[in-house]
Amino acid sequence: MNDAAAAGPVALLIGTKKGAFVLRGDARRARWELSDPILLGHIVHHIVYDARDGGTVLMAARTGHLGPTVLRSVDGCRTWEEAARPPAFAKAAAGDAEPGRVVEHVFWLAPGHAREAGVWYAGTSPQGLFRSEDDGRTWQGVRGFNDHPMRAAWCGGGQDGTPDGPKMHSILVDPRDPRHLYIGMSGGGVFESVDRGGEWQPLNQGCAMDFAPGPAPEFGHDPHCVALHPLRPDRLYQQNHCGIYRMERPEGRWVRIGDNMPRDVGDIGFPIVVHPRDPDVAWVVPMDGTDVWPRTSPGGRPAVYVTRDAGATWRRQDAGLPAEKAWFTVLRQAMAADHHAPVGLYFGTTAGEIWASDDEGEHWRCLVRHLPQIYAVEVAEALR
Amino acid sequence: MIVRLATPLRSYTATRGVVDAEGATLADLLHDLDRQFPGLRFRIIDEQDRIRPHVKLFVNQDQVHTLAAPLATGDEIHVVCALSGG
Repeated sequence: MNDAAAAGPVALLIGTKKGAFVLRGDARRARWELSDPILLGHIVHHIVYDARDGGTVLMAARTGHLGPTVLRSVDGCRTWEEAARPPAFAKAAAGDAEPGRVVEHVFWLAPGHAREAGVWYAGTSPQGLFRSEDDGRTWQGVRGFNDHPMRAAWCGGGQDGTPDGPKMHSILVDPRDPRHLYIGMSGGGVFESVDRGGEWQPLNQGCAMDFAPGPAPEFGHDPHCVALHPLRPDRLYQQNHCGIYRMERPEGRWVRIGDNMPRDVGDIGFPIVVHPRDPDVAWVVPMDGTDVWPRTSPGGRPAVYVTRDAGATWRRQDAGLPAEKAWFTVLRQAMAADHHAPVGLYFGTTAGEIWASDDEGEHWRCLVRHLPQIYAVEVAEALR
Repeated sequence: MIVRLATPLRSYTATRGVVDAEGATLADLLHDLDRQFPGLRFRIIDEQDRIRPHVKLFVNQDQVHTLAAPLATGDEIHVVCALSGG
């Protein structure tokens, strides 16, 4: 893993409820130019750049009417080619006890290991894991998960997912070992495989599950976003429905570092982003998780919180953000960091704004307003 | 047979709203459509061979709910997209 800071132009890949956009910045991250909409009207849950080959971008899209698909661009998001075989569950056989499942949307895309060029993973709603070995052109189900005898128990029923559908997300590949995978499921919890997805084990010890009575079970949790540090892959961070956590492997216990957040802000949110070079640094965007769970900026005063000591302490970063009356939400894929020094941070809001900081969260400015509801923001640092 | 396609599907047909396809059943016709316009079928028929929720298929004036519906020479098929929210 290269830990050198980047210095070139930065592009943001933005997925929204009504299409995708590319926001291209210069090397100083001072001037930004927004593209025209890409696939205007399509629901784009994720649009992801492949840093391994310096060119491929995959996009998960569907429309209100049409089923889900994946599209691929190799020319800087100018033209797109649809997957010949998008992620789809196996057809149920006559007499199967369980009705055949249908991919409602592709929620998460993740490039595979650096040594496995062309390999990608996709997580779907309802929860399914898919793998492509040809750069996103065709997709096959990861049977070790999709056909696992415990899969239905892990994922639960219709009441165990998020209101807009249960989701598989946070597909993480250990940079030391392409066989070592993590996934997050809302709901279901965090799971780990050490054999490229053949077998899975829940990894939720220590994580609260306030929405169920009794002691926390082995699975059924609601991780919102899980991050693995690329330079210290034995360290995981998690923003959960029930707090912020850190785990050190090979120990498998989550420690609630969100207990160190200010009580009046709480430790509920969707995204968590790690510093590309410092495993002790991570950022979150708290949201209101009280009474009916508004999931908006607490008190209408949005802020990013940073820890620089692996969660022992947190500090508020709100310079430049609205001081009051701002009731937006930042969804789990909608925050990202670049590799510059200092690190640039970016988040998109449900109100269609892109906010950026070029000094690791100390100061923020709004780059774009009036986009559709933003689902995802990803960084592409060598986009053609 | 004439197939009339709703606007969300015309990216597959170079903007044509009316195309020709053949088949003894609706399933056959949809496979012929997909042969001509790769990818189109999966956007309207899911992996369990069910018509997607916001897609309606009509043979002439009658809505059909099964891909086993028989077709006859001269039938006109409508693929309609409706009611998908804001």
